[in-house]
Amino acid sequence: MRDVATVVETVETAELSDTSANKPMRGAEVLVRSLIRNGVDTIFGLPGGAVLHIYDELWRFRDEITHYLVRHEQGAVHAAEGYARATGKVGAAVVTSGPGATNAVTGIATAYMDSIPLVVITGQVPLPVIGTDAFQEVDTFGITLPIVKHNYLVRDVRDLAAIVDEAFRIAASGKPGPVVIDLPKDITAHICDGPRRCHYDAASAAAPACTDTQTVDIIADRLINAERPVFYVGGGIVTSGAAYALIELAEKLAAPVTPTLMGLGGFPTAHKLSLGMLGMHGTYAANMAVSESDLLVAVGVRFDDRVTGKLATFAPQAEIIHIDIDPSNIGKVKQPHISLVSDAKPALEALLAAIAERGDGPLAAGKAARLDWWKKLSGWRNSVPLVCETSETEIKPQQVIEELHRATNGDAVIVTDVGQHQMWAAQFYPFKRTRQWITSGGLGTMGFGLPAALGAQLALPEQTVVAVVGDGGFQMTNQELITAIQYNIPLKVLIMNNGYLGMVRQWQEMFYDRAYSEVDLSISPDFVKLAEAYGAQGLRATTPAELTSALRQGLEHKGVTVWDIVVTKEENVFPIIPAGQDTRNMILK
Amino acid sequence: MRNTLSILVADEPGELSRIVGLFSSRGYNIETISVGKTLEDGWSRCTIVTEGDAAIVEQILKQCERLARVREAKAVTSQPHIEREMALIDVNALTPDDRAEIKNLVDIFRAKIVDITHDRMIVEASGNKEKVDRFIGLLESFGMNEVVRTGYVAINTLMADKGSALQQTA
Ligand SMILES: Cc1ncc(C[n+]2csc(CCOP(=O)(O)OP(=O)(O)O)c2C)c(N)n1
Ligand SMILES: [Mg+2]
Repeated sequence: MRDVATVVETVETAELSDTSANKPMRGAEVLVRSLIRNGVDTIFGLPGGAVLHIYDELWRFRDEITHYLVRHEQGAVHAAEGYARATGKVGAAVVTSGPGATNAVTGIATAYMDSIPLVVITGQVPLPVIGTDAFQEVDTFGITLPIVKHNYLVRDVRDLAAIVDEAFRIAASGKPGPVVIDLPKDITAHICDGPRRCHYDAASAAAPACTDTQTVDIIADRLINAERPVFYVGGGIVTSGAAYALIELAEKLAAPVTPTLMGLGGFPTAHKLSLGMLGMHGTYAANMAVSESDLLVAVGVRFDDRVTGKLATFAPQAEIIHIDIDPSNIGKVKQPHISLVSDAKPALEALLAAIAERGDGPLAAGKAARLDWWKKLSGWRNSVPLVCETSETEIKPQQVIEELHRATNGDAVIVTDVGQHQMWAAQFYPFKRTRQWITSGGLGTMGFGLPAALGAQLALPEQTVVAVVGDGGFQMTNQELITAIQYNIPLKVLIMNNGYLGMVRQWQEMFYDRAYSEVDLSISPDFVKLAEAYGAQGLRATTPAELTSALRQGLEHKGVTVWDIVVTKEENVFPIIPAGQDTRNMILK
Repeated sequence: MRNTLSILVADEPGELSRIVGLFSSRGYNIETISVGKTLEDGWSRCTIVTEGDAAIVEQILKQCERLARVREAKAVTSQPHIEREMALIDVNALTPDDRAEIKNLVDIFRAKIVDITHDRMIVEASGNKEKVDRFIGLLESFGMNEVVRTGYVAINTLMADKGSALQQTA
């Protein structure tokens, strides 16, 4: 074994190699060049001992890659996620070893749960001291193992270029996800004189075509003839870019569509065939439709428990068709009657073609057979619409979202945190297009909203990006306001200030006899002053009139704005299906 | 239902923990696991025996196949197969009678005595689950000090292979 001290020393004093691409270069340069080769021009991070060589190269390559210095590594990963969710591109982040890596874990898990493509570079202590409890050593590979699509501990600098290339392919291909590259410091210093080998590459870059024509034909026939069909669509529509195919298919069939929380924007909320969101806080019409449907066509969804409630009584009368890119998603929770493993877009396009082949006659007959279904659907819609509470004196949270919708002409990209405000934003901001809605659905990560909005705003400089956050979640990552200020990212942050950890308070009110255990946030900082301390515009509204003017004033402002919108303290999100219960136990108000 | 899964995985550090983690994080129990090199450089075969109905096994296999470094995952038990395990058994042999009786059992089970002292023996036995279990059961009365088992390895029979080859061409 080599002497640890000498190894560490040589790492610390490693010299810069000459820089042209074909010449031998140190690992850190191989890394940065590989990032650039894979299309990275934006990276979020925060330096530390284990990544000093990397930061040295990032400095030298600063004209090709812009590094955004966050104030907490969780923010770096959420920002990279926001960037990825807004564009569909792979987001990139770099953090140091030990605490840098553990701070990044929440973001990585958030991306994993929502299938967001990321490449996260984590520094690591030098290879020879791994396993000795060295300063700032944690087993990042082991810690992140269950929350990544793939991860690496780099052991030879000659593998690095191939690893980075593969990491980007894996992150973006098939069902996307985060990939972590744990990079020991000595590797970033080692001189690379050429690649050692190319890695076995399991992930193909192209989305799988839809080749199962037999199943497509079966599904097409079912769709044409179904009397009570419902499309239940999720994040797969967004990832796959299948929104137009979905609209065309639904219109051809005159079949209703209900998106999940992650599928919002995948089908225009205002479309006449849209039933609105389904699930725990979904619309009455959407949930009733699923429970009475005879054909449930699930596309790019995973039968999440927040959607299905009690699984045994979910869509009890329906023949279930499940279309998903990930074979392991099929039958994971609910066994479908018919399944098709395919990316959503080619699958829907194949269905369109198959339906066209069958001619207009059967299509018209099918539509006629669905007239009764539409009567029922309209009945549900009209009997229990989503109601926007309004008041002359206090600001109702639903009203905030409606006002925001009006003030932004329905065009803003809405990024949320997690809690009641998230559900109200989902319910009351009608989305027109995919990637207009960015939220942490699977992990439900408080603190996601602000930094994710920062990443989205960077990716979409021409658009208005609004982070809708709670007074609780805002305080988990508000340090990133200074990142927005530093880089002139004109972020808009709307704090729905109800003085509570509202969603938890609602459950305590409804299911725990109003025992408000540890949810009171009435002692909070003055958010306007806080915003001003960061150098942002701070605006407060406590009445409906103030709300309208504050929104206008903030949207006109060119820089960062923080709205402290003081809303009704004890407002509840309705409808709600209590966790794990039958849809029919939906509580309407 | 007991199932034997055969997984072809890259011989790289960490890849085995990925597979094992997949089982534990989803609450699937591993009864035995064994890993060894294959004919192909850089690839190992991992044989895992697990409990679960057909749907669970299918789910496990799909999850395994999703891993970037897994090339193949199949249930050997879904077709005719041969399964073997080896056990090393440290058993008391206190009297000449006991020694003779153990020797007798060893012959019947085609096992092997691999070490011996005046009052103990180490016996090596291999075979399918039933055979090894029964052999150990019969040695119990002598008093056993330790049993070490390898876990199972399994391979589909040549007939099974032919069957699938025929199916493919048909
Ligand atoms: C990191 C994290 N911790 C705890 C929770 C549990 N949780 C879900 S919603 C919620 C309340 C959020 O309060 P706030 O941010 O004020 O939003 P509101 O519900 O009031 O709109 C909590 C604590 C969570 N989702 N994430
Ligand atoms: Mg709150």
